[in-house]
Amino acid sequence: MYKTWWKILGSVLVIYTAIAGILMGVPRLPIINESIRNLYFHVPMWFAMIVLFSISVFYSIKSLSSKSEIDDIKAVESVNAGIIFGLLGLVTGAIWAKYTWGQFWSFDPKQNFAAISVLLYFAYLILRNAIDEEQKRAKISAIYNIFAFPMMVVLLFVLPRLKDSLHPGNGGNPGFNSYDLDSRMRMVFYPACLGWILIGYWIYTIRFRIRSIETKQQHN
Amino acid sequence: MQLAKEVKYLIQKEVLLEWRSKYTINGILLYVVSTIFTCYLSFVSLGDKLAWNALFWIIILFASINGVSKSFLQESKGQQLYNYILASPAAILISKTVYNTLLMLILTTIALGFYTMVFDTFTPPDLLLYYVAVMMGSISFSTVFTMVSAIASKAGNGGMLMAILSFPIIIPVLILLIKLAKNAVDGLPWENSYDEIGMLLLVNVLTVATSLLLFPYLWRD
Repeated sequence: MYKTWWKILGSVLVIYTAIAGILMGVPRLPIINESIRNLYFHVPMWFAMIVLFSISVFYSIKSLSSKSEIDDIKAVESVNAGIIFGLLGLVTGAIWAKYTWGQFWSFDPKQNFAAISVLLYFAYLILRNAIDEEQKRAKISAIYNIFAFPMMVVLLFVLPRLKDSLHPGNGGNPGFNSYDLDSRMRMVFYPACLGWILIGYWIYTIRFRIRSIETKQQHN
Repeated sequence: MQLAKEVKYLIQKEVLLEWRSKYTINGILLYVVSTIFTCYLSFVSLGDKLAWNALFWIIILFASINGVSKSFLQESKGQQLYNYILASPAAILISKTVYNTLLMLILTTIALGFYTMVFDTFTPPDLLLYYVAVMMGSISFSTVFTMVSAIASKAGNGGMLMAILSFPIIIPVLILLIKLAKNAVDGLPWENSYDEIGMLLLVNVLTVATSLLLFPYLWRD
């Protein structure tokens, strides 16, 4: 394997959090009870998604000035990998909501805004499909990606704070900070975030390499 | 100063073109009025003030997508090329945004007047605050839709792409707007709305800043 150490680290961390997340002790809190363990599997998805989308914006900015095809492929493949994590985040959240709120989808502001921000990136992919010419596609989709990123930040980090939500951390529900005070959970949660970010980055590099080989074949 | 002069001339050009044909403003006005009238005929009376508020914003949203998307989509390629030779990209974007804002301000004012006339049961007690929300809405819709219509026109696949690209971006703004308008409908004091007004201004500044940074890359083919 190419550049192995961080890939091994990521895999070990994810395996560790999968085992420790289910077996290790957690604080007993009302309503959430054992479902608190979802913190290890749900929240890291969003961290990985944000990291991948940030990588995508970085390469979009770079591709505007460099006009290189490689930067464009990097931008789109990190969006592709990020969307997977976004969908997984929605699914893990919905399963958790089924057991604590009683419904998979209860139109909670956090669920809605997360879904809309995933839609934003689907729109980005559709925009790419709509344009045939490669250089034009690279330029226009990079511009849309940069234009949409601040809106996604507003959607995910600013608006949910203005609305009443049942999500942990909002409106008097025990949230991230109160879990965080428990050192047993911190032992699993931080490695989980790091591990999933590394795995996400790994998926992105593999996708990027497949795509760049494909385009190379097309050109020959 | 060169920029200010260019912007002034371009806005004059837009207004003159519109004044000659009066196509966009009359078309959108007819669109808004007939939508409101259709809503009136199908609802007859609205259930509560929340529905009143929501219906108004839906009408305004679709009217402004139709109105603002014209700004770049209706220009022919040659026309655009001619403008780009004469003026800087920043001037073009600013002039389009300002012109669209003016257009939307006129349009939403008339729409609000007609809407309160037709559905007069739930006219908000604080009409001034509601009007502030409507003005903020016109400004935000114009800033966002102008840039998105520039992107959609370059992608060369007009109407549908415009809707797909702009809805996810406009939803956060729309949520803030509806919240602000709801404060006015509920008759809350102005202090409760400063947060939303500030957020909307911030989002607008952010949108205009990113548009200005990105447009120079977009217009060159």
